[in-house]
Amino acid sequence: MNINLTLIAQLIAFAVFVWFTLRFIWPPLINAMNERKAKIADGLAAAEQGQQAQAQAQKEAESVLQQARVQAAEIKSNAEKEATQIVDQARAKGRAEAERQLTAAQAEIVQETNKAREGLRAKVAELVVAGAEKILQKEINAQAHRTILNRVAQQI
Amino acid sequence: MAGTELTSAEYIKHHLTNLTFGYHPETGWGMAHSAQEAAAMGFNAIHLDSIGWSVGLIALFAFYFRRAAQQATAGIPGVLQNGVEMIIDFVNESVRGSFSGKNDLVAPLALTIFCWVFLMNLMDLVPVDLLPWLFSLMGVHYMKVVPSTDPNITFALALGVFMLILFYSIKIKGVGGFVGELTGIPFQTDNLLLKPFFMLVNLVLEGVNLIAKPISLSLRLFGNMYAGEMIFILIALMYSGGWLIGIFGGALQFVWAVFHILVVTLQAFIFMTLTIVYLDMAHADHH
Repeated sequence: MNINLTLIAQLIAFAVFVWFTLRFIWPPLINAMNERKAKIADGLAAAEQGQQAQAQAQKEAESVLQQARVQAAEIKSNAEKEATQIVDQARAKGRAEAERQLTAAQAEIVQETNKAREGLRAKVAELVVAGAEKILQKEINAQAHRTILNRVAQQI
Repeated sequence: MAGTELTSAEYIKHHLTNLTFGYHPETGWGMAHSAQEAAAMGFNAIHLDSIGWSVGLIALFAFYFRRAAQQATAGIPGVLQNGVEMIIDFVNESVRGSFSGKNDLVAPLALTIFCWVFLMNLMDLVPVDLLPWLFSLMGVHYMKVVPSTDPNITFALALGVFMLILFYSIKIKGVGGFVGELTGIPFQTDNLLLKPFFMLVNLVLEGVNLIAKPISLSLRLFGNMYAGEMIFILIALMYSGGWLIGIFGGALQFVWAVFHILVVTLQAFIFMTLTIVYLDMAHADHH
């Protein structure tokens, strides 16, 4: 229970170890802790930011998708319209071609008929001449009776 | 271990005697062989056990905390760093809660005091006879293992804090400010005749207030630990009283040790907190 030099020794030890703690122990540890605290705060902020960015991206993606959907529908309807147009066009073309061929055929028929009629007329004239020759027993000059022959042929 | 040749009084006295080295008026420098010799040495003596355990314990603290500090990383902390950081965080929170000024010394000081007082008090939980017995086998006859039951140790800590209080009081407030604080409150007057008298009264009141700080710091710790140690010694006496009383003593020792876990931590915490508060008061400028 005596107060003695122990007091002085302990006082010196106190000074030394407080200095030691102040110099070598406290600063590195508290710095590391503060640094980690800052790191965690940064990480949390970054995570928040990432989440926001993701939400933004999702929204953007959705809008792009929506746009694409609209575009696709548009393209589809356009294509359908075009297809019907083409079909209509083809149909009209076909109809026109058919009509054209029909008229051509009809014209040819008329022509053929006329040609045949001409031929028959010529033949009839010949037959008439030949018949008349036989009846008259005499040669009829075709040149001389052309007018008559033609009139006869015309009447057939 | 209450030796059969010892009476109870001798046993207790033996436990309360420090291992003392000092200057004896008759035999000169040397180890004290009895409590009387130690007392005769007066101030020129040193308690080798108190100072040895005290410095040894704080060196242990310094070693482990320094290792943690060297390996300190802002990344994932290891086991040692984790434990150390828990204590650092606790001390830091206490300092931030009670200390409003700006001083980089206070937190490390609080950490040192908390750990030091805690470790010294913790020695109280070592069975009272174990270490003295081990040392007696090595020929050392006196061994007080709880440094905080030595008033030299607690007074030295309180004195260190007191010096810091004085230093920062004068540094922050100036000599005039500090003296003004000691003499200017609580009684104030404009009457020139009364003023010196009031200042004297103020000085006495504030002086007591100031001196009470280190005294209360050291005596509280010393008193608590000394009483705790004394009860451990008394309980240990029961082991020489036969089986029945011995077993009862064992139970008592366990209960007292469990209770002492609280005292050990609480005293360390109080010493640290009061240090912080006193230094905060030293930094506070009232004028």
